[in-house]
Amino acid sequence: MKILGIESSGLVASVAVTEDGIVIGEYTTNFKKTHSQTLLPMLDALKKMIDLDMESIDAIAVSGGPGSFTGLRIGSATAKGLGFALDKPLISVPTVEALAYNLWGAATDICPLMDARRNQTYTGIYRFEEGEMKEILPQCAVDLGEIIDTINQNGKPVTFLGDGVPVFQQQIAEKCKVPYIFAPAHMNRQNAAALCARAEEYYRQGRMETAAEHRPDYLRLSQAERERLEQQKKQKV
Amino acid sequence: MSDKEVRILAIESSCDETAAAVVVNGRKVLSNVISTQIPLHTLYGGVVPEIASRKHIERINQVIAQALEEAECTLDDIDAIGVTYGPGLVGALLVGVSAAKAISFAKDIPLVGVHHIEGHICANYIQNEDLEPPFLCLVVSGGHTHLVRVVDYGKYEILGRTRDDAAGEAFDKVARAIGLGYPGGPKIEKKAKEGNPKAIPFPVAKVADGPYDFSFSGLKSAVLNYVNGANMRGECVNEADIAASFQRAVIEALTGHARQAIREFGTDKFAIAGGVASNGTLREAMEKMCAEEGVKFYYPAPILCTDNAAMIGSAAYYEFMAGHRDGWDLNAVPNLPLGSR
Repeated sequence: MKILGIESSGLVASVAVTEDGIVIGEYTTNFKKTHSQTLLPMLDALKKMIDLDMESIDAIAVSGGPGSFTGLRIGSATAKGLGFALDKPLISVPTVEALAYNLWGAATDICPLMDARRNQTYTGIYRFEEGEMKEILPQCAVDLGEIIDTINQNGKPVTFLGDGVPVFQQQIAEKCKVPYIFAPAHMNRQNAAALCARAEEYYRQGRMETAAEHRPDYLRLSQAERERLEQQKKQKV
Repeated sequence: MSDKEVRILAIESSCDETAAAVVVNGRKVLSNVISTQIPLHTLYGGVVPEIASRKHIERINQVIAQALEEAECTLDDIDAIGVTYGPGLVGALLVGVSAAKAISFAKDIPLVGVHHIEGHICANYIQNEDLEPPFLCLVVSGGHTHLVRVVDYGKYEILGRTRDDAAGEAFDKVARAIGLGYPGGPKIEKKAKEGNPKAIPFPVAKVADGPYDFSFSGLKSAVLNYVNGANMRGECVNEADIAASFQRAVIEALTGHARQAIREFGTDKFAIAGGVASNGTLREAMEKMCAEEGVKFYYPAPILCTDNAAMIGSAAYYEFMAGHRDGWDLNAVPNLPLGSR
C-alpha cells in the first residue's frame, strides 16, 4: 500500500510517500514562504527523486485540522485536486493526533501544543499502551490553563511538542505540576511521514473518504459566525 | 495554429461563487457550472471571506466534476487548466489555485493562471463571435470598476479605475442604507423602476487628476447623509426615488467616462463586463450612448456577467495560445494588476 501524505496545517510544509511501513521519501521545510509556493514544488521534487508514478498511489493522507485556516485549505485543496484527478481516496488524520504520532512509543503521555492565538492552543493527550496509541483527550481548542489542569489531574509525566511550546513555555513552567520534557528538533513539529504512518493504520481500518467529501476540521467557527451566534444568544436573553 | 480544438478546463473561486467550465477555443462553452454562496452571505450583509473560503473547499470537487460531465469529457480530453489567481479574496483564490495546480500536476496538464478582470472582458468573446480587439471595455462589478483599452488578446491598457469604492460596492452599501439588503445591485435596480431618477440631485463625482478615474464614495456618502438627515427630521424617505436617483448618478458617471474615451481613442467597438453589466438600466444607457457615438455596443448575457469560469476559460485560451504557462509555485495574488504578464 502506497500513501502520499500532505501536511500544511502550520508553518511546516511537508510531503512524504510511504509504502508498506517504509518511508520512500520525505521533504519537510519550516520556512516563511507560503504553502502555496512550497507544497507542490516540494511534491514535484520528491516525485522526481523517487520516480514516483502518481497513479501507483493507493490513498492520499492529509492533515485534517485544526491549524492555520489558510494552511489547512491549501493542503486540503491540493489533496482534493490530486484525489479527484487520480481517482484515489483521501485519509484525513486529525492534525494533533498526527503530531502525537511523531513520538511513537513514548513512555510518557504526549501533549501536542499548537499555537491557536488568543492564548488558546489546539491540543490533546495521547498515550502508548501495548504498542497502540490511545486517545486520552481528543483534539480540542482550549485555553492553555485548561489543558495544564487536565495534565495535573491525570498526574502522569508528559512530553510536550508543537509550535505552541515556545509560545507557552513560561506558562507551562509556572503551572505544570507533573514532570515534563520537550520533544527534540526532529520530532517536535508536523511531519508528513508520521502522518503517512498513522494513515496506514486508518487505511487498514477502512477509515477513508472521497476527495469530494473531504473538508478540513477547523475546530473553530469563523469570526463572523461566532459573533452572529453571540448576538443571537444575547437577543434570546 | 493548427486546426485542432483546444479544450480548457477553467476554475474560478475569487469571491463567493465556486465555478468551473469547459471552453473550446476560447469561444465555445461546453459547460459553465456556478455554485453560488449568495444566500449564505446574505445573513451577514456581505461576503465574509473566511466563510467563502470554507464553502469553496466544500464545493470545489463537485463543481469541477459537474463541469466535465456536462461537457461530456474527462481530464484526458483537456489541453490546459486555467485558474483565476487574482485579484480577489486571497483565501478564496487559494482554493481554486491549489486544486487547479494539483489536478494539473497529477495529470501533467499545462497550467495557466488567469487575471479575473481579463476573464470578465473575455466574457464578451464568448457572447459575440465577431468581436476582436482592439476595443474599449468597461468592467463594473462588486470589486472592480475599470475602463480598459483592449489593445490585443491579452494586452490591456487601463485608462481609469475607481479611487475608492467599486460601483457594485456602492450599490451594496446604498441598498443596505435604505433597507433593501444584499446583494444590492439587483435590489436597487428593481426598486429604481418605481422611482424618479431626477428626484434627488445626487452628485456625479469627477476625479481632478484622472479624467477616466471614478469615485463613488462621495455619492455613497451623499445618499447616507440624505437618509440620515431625513431620519433626524422625522421624515419618511422615498426609497424608490433614492434608488433611482443613486442609480442615475452611477450610470451618468460610467456613460460619461465611456463616451469621453470613445471620442478620444476613436474606437468603433465598446463593451461592458462584470456583475454590474447585467443591470438592464445601465445596459440601456450604454446602448443609447454608443448609438449616439456611432460605435457598436457589446455586452455579455447575465450568466457571463456574474463571476463564472467560462470567461476564465476564454481568457486562459488566449494566454495559452500566446505560450503562457504557470509553474507549481503559482500563488494567489489578491491585488494582481491587470496586464502584469
